Order: sequence, then structure tokens, then C-alpha cells
Amino acid sequence: MTLTEAKFEYLLRLGDNALILGHRLSEWCGHGPILEQDIAITNIALDQVGQARSLLQYAAEVEGKGRSEDDLAYTRDVMQFRNLLLVEQPNEDFAYTIVRQFLFDNFNFLLHQALTQSKDEHLRAIAEKSLKEITYHLRYSSEWMIRLGDGTEESHQKMQTALDDLFIYSGELTSPDEVDQQMHEAGIGPDLDRLKPAYDQKVKDILAEATLQLPEVKYMQSGGKDGRMHTEHLGFILAELQFVQRAYPGMEW
Amino acid sequence: MKSCIFAYKHKAILPSASQSFYDNMKEPNQHTFEDQFQARIDAEERIEPKDWMPEKYRKTLIRQISQHAHSEIVGMLPEGNWVTRAPSLRRKVALLAKVQDEAGHGLYLYGAAETLGAERDDLLDELHTGKAKYSSIFNYPTLSWADIGAIGWLVDGAAIMNQVPLCRCSYGPYARAMVRVCKEESFHQRQGYEIMLTLARGSEAQKQMAQDALNRWWWPSLMMFGPSDKDSKHTAQSMAWKIKRFTNDELRQRFVDITAPQAEFLGLTIPDEDLRYNAETGHYEFGAINWDEFWQVVSGDGPCNRQRLKARRKAHEEGAWVRDAAVAYAEKRRQRKAAAAQQQQVA
Repeated sequence: MTLTEAKFEYLLRLGDNALILGHRLSEWCGHGPILEQDIAITNIALDQVGQARSLLQYAAEVEGKGRSEDDLAYTRDVMQFRNLLLVEQPNEDFAYTIVRQFLFDNFNFLLHQALTQSKDEHLRAIAEKSLKEITYHLRYSSEWMIRLGDGTEESHQKMQTALDDLFIYSGELTSPDEVDQQMHEAGIGPDLDRLKPAYDQKVKDILAEATLQLPEVKYMQSGGKDGRMHTEHLGFILAELQFVQRAYPGMEW
Repeated sequence: MKSCIFAYKHKAILPSASQSFYDNMKEPNQHTFEDQFQARIDAEERIEPKDWMPEKYRKTLIRQISQHAHSEIVGMLPEGNWVTRAPSLRRKVALLAKVQDEAGHGLYLYGAAETLGAERDDLLDELHTGKAKYSSIFNYPTLSWADIGAIGWLVDGAAIMNQVPLCRCSYGPYARAMVRVCKEESFHQRQGYEIMLTLARGSEAQKQMAQDALNRWWWPSLMMFGPSDKDSKHTAQSMAWKIKRFTNDELRQRFVDITAPQAEFLGLTIPDEDLRYNAETGHYEFGAINWDEFWQVVSGDGPCNRQRLKARRKAHEEGAWVRDAAVAYAEKRRQRKAAAAQQQQVA
């Protein structure tokens, strides 16, 4: 893979994570458990879709085939998406939403912290802006992990169930593949192996405070970021996300 | 005695105009209080939460402000319906931000109602049980992307017409909340019009989509101003109290006068054969409103009344464990802090 191709792949991963998670969070809009949390979740959704725009614009530019952010978001099919499996998992309830968010924010924070040192100037600028938002996201999801984990018996049980179901998708986050490696060597992205200890430590700390048990996982699920596999959920996300563009192609909106 | 009156929270019977006047009162004379109150209103003074106010004024305001808050919250549903299907990332961000603004408006308005002694939980119960009303317009479905444009243009446009005079409402917290709400609403209105303009300048299918949205949203938008003056039971008293500054019919006329030329600019046709400009009066004349439909929707039998209430109830019920957990955790933290402080004292 040429460096440009690898960079395009890498930017798609970052952009697709932000887009798909932002989309998932936006499904809460108007249906939150408390008005204040409806606003907070929508805020995170807004940040994520905003980041997706910057990243996909840049990806399209790197690709150099005249595609736009919307072409990338609205006209690719499931197997061309490069988001982590974790972010496409359904909202289910507030517990799943918070666990998914925490597992992702923890990674996203470390990743963006590292990307502020990237040799790629454009990506560095995006990361610097996003890091401020992601710092808040991580604080928010960590606090709710603890509040719900250590809240009532019912909330504890719901959080543990969500964690047990979602933890199998967390391995993919910090396992480097060829593209990650190539980006690391080019000084564009971090060495994921080096992020892993900090990721694991934060999970351990927050789970301890939330009185939750770290699930024992024999096999982690993967395939989202390298395009080998997705869960069945992504197709339905795209069916909704892309409906208007698919039904009325090639128009200005 | 003073503190006991304050302790009686917002039902405090205390004329702020003159403390000594109050102290000298052995037997409060309701009539004198009301005259004084009306004199303050007539002098365009703002009434603040701790000021004396007639019980009916307080109740009228709680009813109106909470209805307004509920409208913001229920209004999130028809627009939220297109958040996941917005046709571009730019539109998706703008729509999310707009719906979030509405949640914010709901928050300030519940806050304003709380200054009158109402509790948010009780107000929500009234919404969920169908006892409280909200703007009927949100009982219509959003069927295409153009509906998001039409809501911004027409529904937010009508809301602004209603709300700008409320920035001068006699009750301070409501008036101040409305100043902020109106700024954001006018931004939403321009955004909605811009969506319509893009569609109207687009392909044949997009133009049709825009026209269809206008057809469905026009009449319900006119109904947003409420029953005609002769049938409006609250108008006279609300105008005397300067909660309301213009009648429903006056505001409706102003809306038609402003909106009709905008539709013309878009190249869309307002679905009213009787609509015409009267050069003598300088106003547009328009056809008869179907008041049967208005009362049908108000009384709970509109196209989406059931779905809207069901969605609100579901969010509330399914969120109960989250709210309970937040309360339980806060209490645990408080206890742990207290225990830690005690231990420190012992040490």
C-alpha cells in the first residue's frame, strides 16, 4: 500500500468512527432519560459529526478523486466503511450507550492526544481542535460509568450487562494492523501498542470506581477498521443515513 | 413572620413595592393588592418571582409557560425524526443543533415556571397524562426532508410572531427567557427558509417535495395563533395583565402578510384560493380556517397526538432507572464525604 493509500484508509477510519458514533448518538435526540442528558448526548453527537466532516473532507482531498465528504458518507456501502465494530453497536438503553461511549472515548482521547504530535500538519490541526471536545466526552462518559455502576442495584446490573456484551469489541481499538504500522512509521499516527497500557489502566480504574467487573473475554471481535467484517447493524445505519441521497441521487440539499 | 412568608416559597404574598406598607398591614386587603398590582402592570413594571401577584395571574402564567416548555420538548420529535436521515452532513449538524436548541428552550421555560412555584416533575406528569396541552402543530407528521424546511420557515416563523411580543411580557423571568429563545428561533427560521430555497431552486422532484410540504404545513401554521379572537377565552385577561400584547387574529394577519411574499419568492403556491393582496388595506386576505380540524387536533385526535405522547412517556419511563441511579449515587457520595470528614475529626 502506498503511503497516500494508507493515509486515506487511516483518515477513513477516524472519520467513519466519528460519523457512525455521532449517528448512533443522534438517535437519542428527543428521547433522552433526562432533558439535561438529552442535551449532553446531542452535544457529543454534534461534536462527532463535526469531526467526521473535517476528517472525511481531508480524506477526500488525500484520495484526490474529486469526491466530497458527502460522497464518502452517503455513497459507500457497508464493506467500504472503516469504523470500529464498537461504534456501530445499537444504543439499546442508556447503559449500553454509556459503556460504548466510555470504551471509545478512552481510546479516542489517547489517540487524539498522540495525533496532536503528528507530522501531518492538517491532521494535527484537526486533532488539536477535536482533543478539547474529546476530553469533555471522556469526562462525561467516565462520570456516568461511575454514577450508574455505583448507583442502584438495577443500574449496576444494567451496566454490567452492557459491559459484558460490548467488551468483546474493545480489542480492535488498540490492536495495530498494517495501516496503523505504516502511519506510525511515517510519523503520522501513534504506535497503538504503546497506547494499550494507558487504555487498559483507565478501564481498570474506572471499572473499580464504578464497582463493575472486567469481563473475561476469550476472543475479541475485529474486522471493522480493516474492512474485513462488520456487524449486521451497520447496514441499517446506512439505509437510514443514506436514504435521501440514494433515493434522489446527485442533487444539492 | 417575614421568614415564614418566604418559606412559603413562591406563593409568597409580599408586595415588593413597599416593605413598610406590608409591615403595616394587619389584615391584607386583597382588593388593594390587586389594584396596586394592576397599577404596576399599567406602568410597565416587571413582576418578579417574589412580588405579590394574584393567584390567577400566577396560574395563568404557569399554564402558559409550561405549555410553551412542553411544546419545545414535543417539538423535538417531528424534527428529530429526520436527524438520522438528513441529506448531507452539513444539514445533519444544523438540524441536530436546532433540536438541541429546542431542548435548551424547554429547560429555560421549565425554569421560568419553577420561579412561580411549579415543579418540573409535576408539569411533566401533566404532559404525560394528557392534562397539559402543547402546540398542536407538533401533532402533524414530518414525511419528507422538505418538512424540515417548512417547519423552520413556517412553524418557527409563526412561533417568532407569537414570541417576540412575549419579550415584553409583564412577568420578568418569562420575558427574559423569551429574549434568548427569540434570537435562536429567528436563526432557525432563516435556516428553514434556506432549506426551502435550495429545494425550490433544485430538481423537479425537489420542487414538488417543497410544494407538498407547504401544502401540508400552511393551514396548521395559521392555526398556531390559536382560536379567532371571538372564541379565545383567555385573551382579554392576558392582555390586561400584559402577558399578551396582541390578539390571535392580529398576529395571524401579520404572519400571512410577511409569509405570502416569501412563498412567492420561492415560486411556491400557498394552498388557499382566497388568498389575495388588498392594496387598500395593505394586508393579505385569506380563506376560512377549518376550525373543526383545529379543535380535533387540540382535543387529542390529530394525526400524531398518540405517537407524540407515547414517545414522551416512553423516554420518561425508560429513563426512570437513570434518574434514580443519579440520585442514589449523589446520596452515597454525600454520605461517604460526611463519614470521611467525621473520621478526620476523630483523628
